[in-house]
Amino acid sequence: MITSLAIQVGVVAAIGALLAALIELADRFIANYGECRITINDEEERSLNVQGGGHLLGALAENKLFIPSACGGRGSCGLCKVKVLEGGGPLLPTEAPYLSATERKNNVRLSCQVKVRNNLRIEIPQELFAIKRYAGRAGKIIDQTHDMKQLDIELTEPETLDFKAGQYVQLTAPEYAKSDQPIYRAYSICSDPTDESTISLLIRRVPDGICTTWVFDYLKVGDQVELNGPHGEFCLQPTAREILFIAGGSGLAPIRSMLFQMRNEKIDRKATFYFGAQTSDDLCYLEQMAQFERDLPQFKFVPALSMPRDEDRWEGAQGLITDVLDAGEHEFAQAEAYLCGSPGMIDACIKVLLTHGMPQERIFYDKFA
Amino acid sequence: MEPGPIAIFFAAIFTSNILLVNFLGMCSFLSISRELKASVGLGLAVTFVLTTTSLIAYLLNQYVLVPLEMEHLRYIVFIVVIAAFVQLVEIVIERISPVLYVNLGIFLPLITVNCAILGSLLFLVIREYDLWQSLAFGAGSGLGWMLAIVALAGIRQRMKYSKVPAALEGPGIALIITGLMSLAFVGFSGMIPIQ
Repeated sequence: MITSLAIQVGVVAAIGALLAALIELADRFIANYGECRITINDEEERSLNVQGGGHLLGALAENKLFIPSACGGRGSCGLCKVKVLEGGGPLLPTEAPYLSATERKNNVRLSCQVKVRNNLRIEIPQELFAIKRYAGRAGKIIDQTHDMKQLDIELTEPETLDFKAGQYVQLTAPEYAKSDQPIYRAYSICSDPTDESTISLLIRRVPDGICTTWVFDYLKVGDQVELNGPHGEFCLQPTAREILFIAGGSGLAPIRSMLFQMRNEKIDRKATFYFGAQTSDDLCYLEQMAQFERDLPQFKFVPALSMPRDEDRWEGAQGLITDVLDAGEHEFAQAEAYLCGSPGMIDACIKVLLTHGMPQERIFYDKFA
Repeated sequence: MEPGPIAIFFAAIFTSNILLVNFLGMCSFLSISRELKASVGLGLAVTFVLTTTSLIAYLLNQYVLVPLEMEHLRYIVFIVVIAAFVQLVEIVIERISPVLYVNLGIFLPLITVNCAILGSLLFLVIREYDLWQSLAFGAGSGLGWMLAIVALAGIRQRMKYSKVPAALEGPGIALIITGLMSLAFVGFSGMIPIQ
């Protein structure tokens, strides 16, 4: 009985082992793409030798070249675009929805979908070379409103981060009680771009959000923090046009950084900052905005409350930010606008700006998608 | 008289089509038949898996399971063989045609649980085919499945511009077409009868 059982188990195991060996052989010989060379921007010193078989996004990240990707390489955000000039193979159906006709013509591909099977020749915008992984310590954690905190991060490795006002970083929330794996989320930098050793993020609590819960309930001053960046192209344009800043909630962050830039570089352009909130509890940085008004002669801060309470004793602008913007007296057709906040608010404000004659190409925004 | 391998081969394609007569392997048939190219790819993959696994299933059954009186382990052994060969097909397709690999998506690994494959392997044991008959039946079944899916894909591509009642769009109309195709294939039955 036992012998027969042992024989049967042995036979099935032997068949399984044989088949496993067959797959292993196929994996070794058929799925072996060998070492592949990725030539970047036709510069020899930037070329990489990587083990073939993996995705381009991962191969670049392993070599400390970080292409922005909000979905972490699942092919659902469409952000990790790079030009693949040679060796990328045919366009995959998973990439098609994220690429415009012009992008397809210019060999733009999603790096998380393109596999490295042979030598590749790719093109990456210069600014992406500046994206690095940083380690730091949580410095001050300051309550700005009932649901927004300013988190200062003192960088330790590397010690400085060179960013442009308006850019964002991806903060890594480590494994903790509410999350069994590290995840990263994007936050705009709200600090002065000349201060490269400490960067500040304005973080609004998202109910049950993995990263915000970690920042609000678990992170302590002095804790290790990791991030990568800087990312994004939401930056002040070098023109002399009148500026309309529009933000809601933590959308104030990149605009605060841009105001520091204007003060540092003595950019004396006419600028108005419309900040939308519900009650006075949602307002922050009022002192600092007043200081900006004193330092920048043509700058005006317009906070607007959509639901002021009696105890607010509010005498400023009232109503939805779109209505306040609509009533503002600006030469919209000549100005340019910078919007940051929720997609709903941004879309509504863009409609108002377009009806007032502002050309689409002069509306810049950073949506919290 | 017992039909020879050639007769079995053609019978498996036409008169005993695994899909249109036995209705095995329906889920990937309905899902991948929207596009001709992908359906040809999946058809080839199924044919390859069916042919190779038929041969191996026959050899294992004849020379291992029967002599050792282990017929009751047939299911587990066949399933392990199918799973291994599907893995192999995945590795090969990913290497030679990444576009097809992405197009087939989840349905490529799902050939493992395609009842058409296990059904065919069990048929050849139940019908007591010899080596050549098994090989002919495996290859014929695969080609028959491919013929059915390619035919349906061709019809569905032509129907893109047809007005289909909203409630029948997608799998609904595909099932009706499958029924009609199945009726047409009944016309072949009797030409080469196999069990």
